[in-house]
Parts: sequence; structure tokens; C-alpha cells
Amino acid sequence: MIPGPFRYRRVRSVDEAVALLSQLGTDAKVLSGGQSLIPMMKFRLAEPSYLIDINPIPGLDFIEERDGMLRLGALVRESTLERSSLVRQRYPILHDTAEVIADPLVRNLATVGGNLAHGDPANDHPATMLALRAQVVARGPNGERVIPIDDFFVDTFVTALQPDELLTEIRIPAPPPRSGGAYLKFERKVGDYAIAAAAVFLALDEARRITQAGIGLTNLAYKPLRAVDAERALLGQQPSEELFRHAAELAAQATDPVSDLRGPADYKRAVARTMTLRALRRALERAQANA
Amino acid sequence: METLPIQVTVNSRTYTAEVEPRLLLVHFLRDVLNLTGTHIGCDTTSCGACTVLWNGRPVKSCTVFAVQVDGGEILTVEGLERDGQLHPVQEGFWEEHGLQCGFCTPGMMMTAVALLNENPDPTEEEIRKAISGNLCRCTGYVNIVKAIQYAARKLREGATVHVGGA
Amino acid sequence: MTATAVRGIGVPVKRKEDPRFIRGKGTYVDDIKLPGMLFMDIVRSPYAHARIKRIDVSKALAMPGVIDVITGEELAKANLAWMPTLMGDRQMVLPTDRVVYYAQEVAAVIATDRYTAADAVLAVEVEYEPLPPVLNPFEALKPDAPLVRPDREQKSNHIWHWEAGDKEKTDRVFQEAEVVVAQDLYIPRIHVASIETCGCVANYDPATDKLTIWMTSQAPHAHRTVFSLVTGIPEHKIRIISPDIGGGFGGKVPVYPGYVIATYATLKHKKPIKWIEDRSENLQADSFARDYHIHAELAATRDGKIRGLRVHVVADHGAFDAAANPSRFPAGLFSVCTGSYDMEAAHIQVDGVYTTKPPGGVAYRCSFRVTEAVHTIERMVDILADELGMDPAEIRFKNFIQPHQFPYKSPTGWEYDSGNYPAALQKALDMIGYQELRREQAERRARGELMGIGISTFTEIVGAGPSHTFDILGIKMFDSAEIRVHPTGAVIVRIGVQTQGQGHETTFAQIVAEELGIPVEYITVEHGDTDTAPYGLGTYASRSTPTAGAATAVAARKIREKARLIAAHLLEVSPDDLEWKDYAFRVKGAPDRYKTMQEIAFAAYTNFPLGLEPGLEAECYYDPPNLTFPFGAYVCVVDIDRGTGQVKIREFLAVDDCGTIINPMIVEGQIHGGLTMGMAPALFEEIVYDENGTMLTGTFMDYLLPTAVETPHWKTAKTVTPSPHHPLGAKGVGESPTIGAPPAIVNAVVDALSHLGVRHIDIPITPAKVYRILQEKGVAE
Repeated sequence: MIPGPFRYRRVRSVDEAVALLSQLGTDAKVLSGGQSLIPMMKFRLAEPSYLIDINPIPGLDFIEERDGMLRLGALVRESTLERSSLVRQRYPILHDTAEVIADPLVRNLATVGGNLAHGDPANDHPATMLALRAQVVARGPNGERVIPIDDFFVDTFVTALQPDELLTEIRIPAPPPRSGGAYLKFERKVGDYAIAAAAVFLALDEARRITQAGIGLTNLAYKPLRAVDAERALLGQQPSEELFRHAAELAAQATDPVSDLRGPADYKRAVARTMTLRALRRALERAQANA
Repeated sequence: METLPIQVTVNSRTYTAEVEPRLLLVHFLRDVLNLTGTHIGCDTTSCGACTVLWNGRPVKSCTVFAVQVDGGEILTVEGLERDGQLHPVQEGFWEEHGLQCGFCTPGMMMTAVALLNENPDPTEEEIRKAISGNLCRCTGYVNIVKAIQYAARKLREGATVHVGGA
Repeated sequence: MTATAVRGIGVPVKRKEDPRFIRGKGTYVDDIKLPGMLFMDIVRSPYAHARIKRIDVSKALAMPGVIDVITGEELAKANLAWMPTLMGDRQMVLPTDRVVYYAQEVAAVIATDRYTAADAVLAVEVEYEPLPPVLNPFEALKPDAPLVRPDREQKSNHIWHWEAGDKEKTDRVFQEAEVVVAQDLYIPRIHVASIETCGCVANYDPATDKLTIWMTSQAPHAHRTVFSLVTGIPEHKIRIISPDIGGGFGGKVPVYPGYVIATYATLKHKKPIKWIEDRSENLQADSFARDYHIHAELAATRDGKIRGLRVHVVADHGAFDAAANPSRFPAGLFSVCTGSYDMEAAHIQVDGVYTTKPPGGVAYRCSFRVTEAVHTIERMVDILADELGMDPAEIRFKNFIQPHQFPYKSPTGWEYDSGNYPAALQKALDMIGYQELRREQAERRARGELMGIGISTFTEIVGAGPSHTFDILGIKMFDSAEIRVHPTGAVIVRIGVQTQGQGHETTFAQIVAEELGIPVEYITVEHGDTDTAPYGLGTYASRSTPTAGAATAVAARKIREKARLIAAHLLEVSPDDLEWKDYAFRVKGAPDRYKTMQEIAFAAYTNFPLGLEPGLEAECYYDPPNLTFPFGAYVCVVDIDRGTGQVKIREFLAVDDCGTIINPMIVEGQIHGGLTMGMAPALFEEIVYDENGTMLTGTFMDYLLPTAVETPHWKTAKTVTPSPHHPLGAKGVGESPTIGAPPAIVNAVVDALSHLGVRHIDIPITPAKVYRILQEKGVAE
């Protein structure tokens, strides 16, 4: 399998990338980790005239906590995220997510930015970012804008990014005390997309009432999904197995999966419920450990 | 057709070439440099037969364009042996019968080399996870795990080998 | 010479082939590069069934670097649009008017490099008129079904009907039987998916008028004969070289259209042509395995004695009957499906059917449909046990062919050479702690947990085969070895079989080392080059050790007999005064007077007795007197996740008996690999088509090869029951585990659910399938 011909442009700054994107428009594709794009090009499902390689841009691979936010540069590799002690200790849900994306070799190139910008509902980070209420920072010819994650995913393979915009950073609110998150993915084998996966983030107050609840779901609708009703059902309540089962049921009801080789839609919905329930339990454990 | 100049260090030797942007790294290694130890087993970044180290990290060279590695360092299976001395991972695969048809072996070994660079004493579970981007159809993985454990022991015992980049 | 120095049979000799592989210095077909080489790429059909209205190659031909586009019409002029299959059918090389499966070869582009060839494939314009696909073999058999093969005289999709056993006696047993159980089993279409795809470099050299083809071939000699018959080129003008092969498993037995087109192209252009499949092409168009729709019935007494087996199979063969079976066995060795159990009667019927799917019916690491056979009987025995409320181990002990019954004549006519089934099963049960596991299962069940224990006690049938029964296109299924001992005692062995990872270069050297007392490092084994290796039928169906391994032993023994004469001459005694002991010819009663094979070899060229031919060489074409019957007892323990339906193999123990073991390290490695290829179709792999006949599993994203994470840490053990008729007592092993593992896994999963009334689940046992059952039974979480 051989990709179609294209022109290759290497950029060394975000401005240079944005300038090129503005000039080339939809003819150009951004090459980040390339682990989804290049296979699509081999099958000629993507035939961009230009590839703009942003990998040489220095300083886009930061992982830092600043001003109450975890900031991830768009070029942070999944394997870096997976190995980050900051992430492991403070954002275990992100660690959970990174370590189940594709396979370890793919993760050495695949980037967090690419995982979101691809707009693939089967990708894993979108659900986690939805659960965490992340923000996506994009730079365009008119400067930078911050896109709330809820506005970011528009359709299958379509995001709020404009053709002349580059995703530069992801911001995640720092976890409050008594909070915890977890991502649980059920896949047929390593390297597969999820049959269903759930990202859950919970924060409790001193009275052990749920003050924040975030639930994101992977590969269960035409775009990454937030289980709003389930979140609402959790808020203000004290965690219990009964409550979690109810929330998991609501999360499953929010899904709209398609039947495919991974299983029929009703099965995926059932697994969504199981994953949500188990992620809720794990998130609670972590929140309690984080008191 | 656009071509671009690249300079790449492969197994400690520096090469310059003019390549079409779409030339995949694996074809650059195999067809341009004649380093045919790196194999191709799929179209979907699934099998890992083409695994090489790029600046020390194992990547699937079928999913990297040669132009991307301009200025970088690549290590392939051909670069593992130094001064007639097999790398402990190579030795482990031979000692523990970690290969049968040999087709996935170079990629599998490159992943193993990178793993042991990072984690000199991996558990069986860690090894299995680390090689889960490399498919083997012959061995059932049991002896591959043993081969990597053999190499880990050998490396911990202080075998003098270069590891990683070049 | 000591055993330590010789390192012959039974020693875990490190493999001789590995030094090149671990250095990346193997030579696989895509590594071969010749000056002026052109690249071929193939245009494939987007339809499962369609009429070709027009092929326009002009745009492709106009592209820089494109040399040629070859179509079926052009091949037809050379009488090469069709080729014969091994099963007496014929198969399109390139179509002239219609396509009969998705991804079928439609045209071939020849270009200066592989990138240009890939671009040009997209520029070939083909106009199709879609025809209704025929995907279900039962539908295909209906009188109004669209005809897959209008080129045949017989205007139906039925290919053949085949039977084995005694119908009348079997029917009688069933009429009388106290208990009858019946079950439909589907063993789905799967693909060998060796990590190396198929391909070739074909090179016609006008200067020598010789055609050389480097080819991913498990049977280079047979392929040369086929090529000669197809092209009319005399056999000595064709040289087929199987270089290092990146896994075969049966998928490299057939002759694929790509090989033939590349050969045509080199003859036409007089330049080397390279053709290497993509993975998608490999999965979509190369030969499949299995695809058996089985209806099986078992008759028994109420106390669990099996009396008879009745089986009817509808076999989906795709668009051409291009199965890789011995010619007289359209359903392979499926009739061995009475398995390890003594019964009065059996009757087996198989109907082959055409559908608009790729042709095939290859092994997938299996000896001609024995996987299907073993799956059938091992499932049916468990179903019978369930019906009678018996333990699956108990019912097996009750019905095993007993050690004293060997050689055992099976109701379908096979003569099992040797076995000790109770011993193997007892060993497996003891090692795994069967009773303790049953106790644990009861406890877990009480807590609502799902745990299952599955047993499979299979009998393999390998080593095809005796010339009275086995041939391929008339060529008897012997195999061969040729041994030359050089003056310094170094040896070259050439064999008619072809390794694809099995380690022939090591094990065959060990056979010669053992027989001649020459250290294994002085022995080189060559194979795969039809110009140099003796004629053989190739490696598949676990036949290498039973056939060529025997040939090697016999050839070595011929050398030893000649060596005796030379030793007698050197020691100045009569040949009868010598005995072969401790790897040397020793004077009887004076063992310190001896000659080693190295000394004898030197004399064979320098100081041989008058009247004796100089040199020390021998060959053997070995016609095995019977097949060999390896066996084993496997136990699998699984846990099922009630929230997802996931089956987890907690433990798997394989006790194998392959007779005499030549290299225990290699045998163990073969078993690990075979178990993994047994687990794969049991839990993961299946070729799936949509309603249009488009394959949905054409990449490794959807055709799921297990990784190291899904694969358990296999545990192995052995018993040794030598084959009485093989010169070394060896039986062959590479495929036993692929055959034995699937029913052990299925039996374990069904066992986990049996208390809920579950009796059978078809493979692959996907989480979705299990979850649906859990829901139906009200135990899903």
C-alpha cells in the first residue's frame, strides 16, 4: 500500500504553520504523529496535496501545571504522557487513557493533539477530555482562541478547528481535593478501537457529596459523547452502588452506537454501561484516596 | 514530482539521498539503502514487522515518511551487532528459540532493545505489553518473552553493549 | 564420538538458521533485487460477482514508468487465462468476461517501481455490471440460485459429494441407540495470515533460456511441475527457489494468479518481475481455510459408550475448487473425525459448494481438514457428556481406543499407528489439578461467577502419505533426501521439503548427526531450490518429519551400510565383525578398535576397498507405509466476565505425544505457536463478508491476530509413544496444537455456562456472542 503523491512542508513555528495553512487551505493536512493519517493515505482515503509537518516546531511538547491548569502541548506523544509522573500522580485518568491507545509503538509517535484534532469518535482522548472539561487552544491567522471541549467535536472526523487553525495546546483544570478520574476501555485486542470505553471524573465535597461529575464515552456515537444526564444524576448525591448503576444506565441510554464487527449496537450499549459503572467505582476509589 | 534532500544516520553511517516525500521510511531502508532486515507485514500499522529505532524510540517505519527522519538517527536490526558481538537481545532470541520463520524477529528485537533500555528488569507482563505492537504468527510469544528475559539478565550482569540510537 | 559431541536426536540444539535471521540477513522474496527488475501490481474487483463490460488501460499506460497492463484477454491468447487447480477444477488467472469474488485479480500493471505501479492500478478503468452475489452455500444449492460457474458443464453450484464409512451400519446403530445427540457446528472461514505475504520474483533469462522464479512456496517442486504443465516450458528450464519463507501454514501451498501473471510478464518482457502482495490483498484474495457447515450426530448407550457418528458437511469452497488436498480427498482427511474414540460405525458425507468468494480450502496449520474433524468429535463428546450428566473426562476415559488396540482400524478406514490416550489425559488431569478445579468451579458457581474447564483429547493424522492412497495431480506423496559425506566428514543434506520456520536446517541435521555420528555443526541442510534439491512434495500437513525425515534417516542408513564396508577394509576385518555402537563402527568384542564416520569418509575418497564405488553418498525417496497419528490431551480453564462477555484463558495445559522427539526445544516452540493459532480462531479470527460479498475483514485492524497480551503463557508437557512404522518413531507435531486447542477452549467456555443450559457456541467466541447468551440466561451484569 503506497500513499499518493503530495508536497511536503516542514515548519518550525506555529506562525509558519498557520501561514501555510491559510495559504493552502483544505489542500493541506497537518502531519503530527501521522499514525492515523499515514494509513489513511496508504489506502488513498486521504489524498492531501500538501503535508505540513509540525513535528519540528520546538516547545510544543510541554506537560506542565500552571495557573490551576494542566497544559499539554499538541505534540506531546502518547508514550510521554503515559510515562509522565506528574500525569500518573495527579491525572491518573489521563495515564489510563494514554496507555490503552493503539499499541506501544504507535504511542511513540501518536500525539495528544492529533488524537483530538482527528475528530474520530473511536479515539480515546476525546472522552477523557470531555469528562475533564478540557479546553482546546487553537491558533489561526487572527490569533489564538480557546475552545471549550464541549464545542470542539462537531461531527465524525469534523472538529471546530478551521482549516487555517492549528491545535496548539490542551488545558485541563487541575483536580480539586477529593477528586479522581478513570478511563476504562474494552477492546477486542491490543491495537483495536474500543467496543466501548468510559471516562469518568468525580469530585466530592467534605460531606462526600458529588460536586463535579464528568462522563465521556468512546466509539458510541457519531462523535465523542458526554453523558450529560448521567452526570446530572450524580451531582449532589452521595456515591453509592445504586447511584452508580443508575448513572451507568443513563450513560448507556445516551449512546447511539452502530452495529459492526465489534458487536451489535445493543451489546455496545451494554458494555458502555459496564465500563461506566466500573470507571465510576475506580474514580471514586481514587477520589477517596485523594482526600 | 517533488524530491527533497535528506540526511539520515542509519546504524552509525550517514546517508544523503533525494527522496519523493511519500517514500515511506521502510522503503527507504529496504529499497534505497538495501537494509532488507526490516520487513513489511501489513498496511495498517498493526504488525510491527517494520519496527526500527528512531532517535532511540521504537516506531513502525511503514508509518513514517523518510523525509520526516531527516537529520535523525535510525537503528535497524543490521546495526545491533557490534564488532562481531551479538547484542544480548539477539543472543536471547537464539538461545531461547524466540523465533521460527524469522520474519517478525527484527522488529520484535528492536522493540525489545528499546524496552530494556528503559526498563532493565521488566516483568513478564511488562514484556508482553511492550511487544503488543508486534505480531508473531509462529512462536506463541512464550519464548519471545523468555528471550527478552535472557537479554535483560545478560544486560544486568554487565554485558558491554551500546544500546539505543547509534 | 560422544552423544554430547554429536548432538543428535533428543538434544535441544540451537537452531542453525537463526544466525542469519537475528542479524536481519535472511533472504525473503521481497529482499531479492535483480538488475532491471520491474514491479507488478494488481487491479482487483470491487464486486463479488459482476460482468466485465470494458477494461480501459490507456490512462495507466500513458503514465511515465508504466511498461504494460496485462488483461485476461491477452492471457487468453497465450492460453493462460485459466489454470488447473490441485482438485481437478480450473481457476481464472485473469478474467476475460466476469469476476466471481471480491478482490479478484482483474488486470496487472507492470511498472519501473512499486510506487508507480500502485498509482497505475488506480488509473486502470474497469466497467462492471454487477451480478447477484452467492454467499451462503445453502442458498447456493437451491435450484434458482445464480450460477457461480457457468463455464462448467454441470449447471449447478454443487461441486461434488463425498462419503466415507458405512452408511447402512451407521444408520442401524443410530436406530438402535439408547441416546442420540445432534448439533449444528459452523467452523468459519479464516485466513493463515503469515506475517510475510505472498509474492515472487520471476526472471526469464533469454541467454540461457531459463525461467527462474523465487517464490513464497511451501512446495517448490510440485509448483515447478504445475508451472511446466501450465506454460508448456520443459521442467529442466524452470527453476523455482523458495527463499526464506516468512510463515506458511498452508497459505503458500496454492499457485496464485499473481505468480502466473508475473511469469507471463517476464517471458513477455524478458526482464525480472517482482510481485509482492499487500496485506489486504493477502487477506482478501488468497486461499482461506475451514468454512465448514457441519451437522453431527452421536449415538451412544445410556451409560455413555459411544456407538456411532454421523456427519454431514456443506463445504463452502468459494468460486473455484482450489483446495490444497491430496487429489483423492476432496474433503481432506475429515473422515478421521471419529477421533480418539472406539465406536462401531461412522458415516461421513461432505458436499462441496461454489459461492462468490475467494477459492481456497488450505490448511491453516492443519493436516487437510483434521481441525474440522477434531472440532466435531471433541464438541460432540462434550455434548453427549452433558446429555448424560457425565464428567467430560470420565466419558473420554470410557470411550478411548485402548493402548492394546493399536494398530487400530477406525470405522472410516484409517489405521492408527500407535497411541496411549488414557495416559496422556491422566497426566494432563493430574498436572492441572482437575478435581481441585472442579471444586473451585462449584464454589464460584455458588457465588454467581462463571468459570469453565475444557478438555480436548485429539488424534491427529499427518504425514501424507502412502502412495497407494495419496497423490497430488498424480504425483505420489513420497518425500526425499540426499546426503553427501565429503572427505573431511562434513555433510550436505538436501531434502524435498521446505521450511517456513519449522527449523528443518537444524532437525534434519540432527537426524543425520544421530545416524552417522557426525557432529551436527558439520552438517548443512539445503532445500527449496528445485535445481539442486531432490524432488519432494513440500512442507504442509505436518508431513516433513514423517516423510522427508524418514527419507533422511533411511538415506543415512544406506551411507552407514557402505561405510561398514570401508571400515572393515580399514580395520582389516570382515564387515560382519563390525557393529555400529557409540557413533562408530567397532570390532565386536574389541570396542577400542573402531573407525569414526569422519575417518571412513576420508577413506571413501582416498583408500576405499577395490571394487567399491568411491564416494559416500546416498539418497532416498521414501514412500511411507502409513500415516502417523500424533495425539494429545489439553485442558483449558477460562473465566467469563459477566459485564462484557469476555473470555479469559486463565490456564492452558497441553500434553502432546508426537512420538520420538528430535529437538525438544523446537517441538515445544511448535506447540506454543500452534496453540496460539488454535486460540486465534476460537476467540478472535473470522473472515466476514457483507451482504454484497465485500470482505469486511481485509486488514489486521479487523482480522484479529492475537498479540502477546491476549495470548496466555502456555504450559506444555509430553508423553512419548513412538510410531512403529517410522524409522525414527517420530510423528510430526507442528499442527497438533492448532487442532487440539480450539475445542478445548470452546469446551471450557461451554462448561462455564453449561449449568445455564448452554450446550454449544460456534467459534469465534467473541465477547458479543457470549454476552448475548448471558443476557438470554439472565446472568449478564
